[in-house]
Amino acid sequence: MNFSKKSPWILHYDGSSCNGCDIEVLACLTPLYDVERFGVINTGNPKHADILLITGSINEQNKSVVKQLYEQMADPKVVVAVGICAATGGIFSECYNVLGGVDRIIPVDVYVPGCAARPEAIIDGVVKALDMLEERQKYARKKDK
Amino acid sequence: MQGRKGPSVLQPFYDVLKLFQKESIEVNTMHRFFVYISLIFVIFTTIIMLLGGDILLALFALTLGSIFFVLGGYASNSPYSTIGSERELLQMMAFEPMILLTAIGLYYGDKSFFIKDIIAAKIPSIVYLPGVFLGLIYILTFKLRKSPFDLSMSHHGHQEIVQGITTEYSGKDLAIIQITHWYETIITLTLVYLFFAFKSPVSHVIAILACIIAYLLEIVIDNAFARAKWQFALKSTWVITGVLASVNLIILSFFR
Ligand code: SF4
Repeated sequence: MNFSKKSPWILHYDGSSCNGCDIEVLACLTPLYDVERFGVINTGNPKHADILLITGSINEQNKSVVKQLYEQMADPKVVVAVGICAATGGIFSECYNVLGGVDRIIPVDVYVPGCAARPEAIIDGVVKALDMLEERQKYARKKDK
Repeated sequence: MQGRKGPSVLQPFYDVLKLFQKESIEVNTMHRFFVYISLIFVIFTTIIMLLGGDILLALFALTLGSIFFVLGGYASNSPYSTIGSERELLQMMAFEPMILLTAIGLYYGDKSFFIKDIIAAKIPSIVYLPGVFLGLIYILTFKLRKSPFDLSMSHHGHQEIVQGITTEYSGKDLAIIQITHWYETIITLTLVYLFFAFKSPVSHVIAILACIIAYLLEIVIDNAFARAKWQFALKSTWVITGVLASVNLIILSFFR
């Protein structure tokens, strides 16, 4: 039995977003959507997290931060890029210091489109990510044997 | 709040099972070692208590377990863990006197530190130790790691000290910490149990009910209060210990 689906712990990192997507991410935690009832915890600690949820694009300043957060997470882990900014850089892509989407520096598993991404879409993206997490766990266990 | 449903009651168990399936990142060897040794001492304490052994020995073993846990926090060298460890030490300074006084108070019943004698006494301990019992209820919040006294490794403290002592632990180690905490919960509730259980068999049912009520009360307190500062935690606990428990024991020493 796989339990990561029952208790996905999420680390939310805000790159250079306009804060629109962040508000939508937090909206998922409000009583209306209440993702905590599925065991989701919005943790502030990469070592405890299973899913790295990134909003906003990557720039020169947060490049190393995102990389480090990703490396500090324990395996198996997945990355969800929320919003167009996180996918390609979005409206910020022409800025002088913006490098582009999150996939420029770390492997992204799920892209959630939208500007801002709607809470329903974000939850859907996380559910997709959970399937990948499960796959990865199975693969890791097979490798152990 | 606004009809919010929240996670299921089994959520902590799901979390632990998941953590067992994850990778454990090793900061250094000692760091992990302390968590496991802490678990061993806590299991040892639980066994002594459930077999009706010496309550003093049990409580000292419990303290040793907590000390190892604190050392684990220091061993990782992370600033967050260090702050967590320091707060944990402060918490221990706050509640340990009360725990010791509880053991001393329970001794008065049958002039024995053995739990099997305490629960075979003629009258329940609560009758002559109401002050000590109230003091114990006050420090229960520390032991069960609930607000307002969850200073060292709160789940809710992400903004402030990330996760305190547990910051650097992941995977299986984190699961072990959670299991240690479950054992600690059993131990603290056993202390509540000792106040109500005596010779008559019915009293054991009442004692179990008392444990359940104490636990539910803690959940209400957890939800009703914000986290306190450590100064308040330390001072208030010592005042409560000093007034309720000491006065109770002094009065008792006049009558016996
Ligand atoms: S995708 Fe749109 S709403 Fe989201 S951070 Fe970028 S600009 Fe803001």
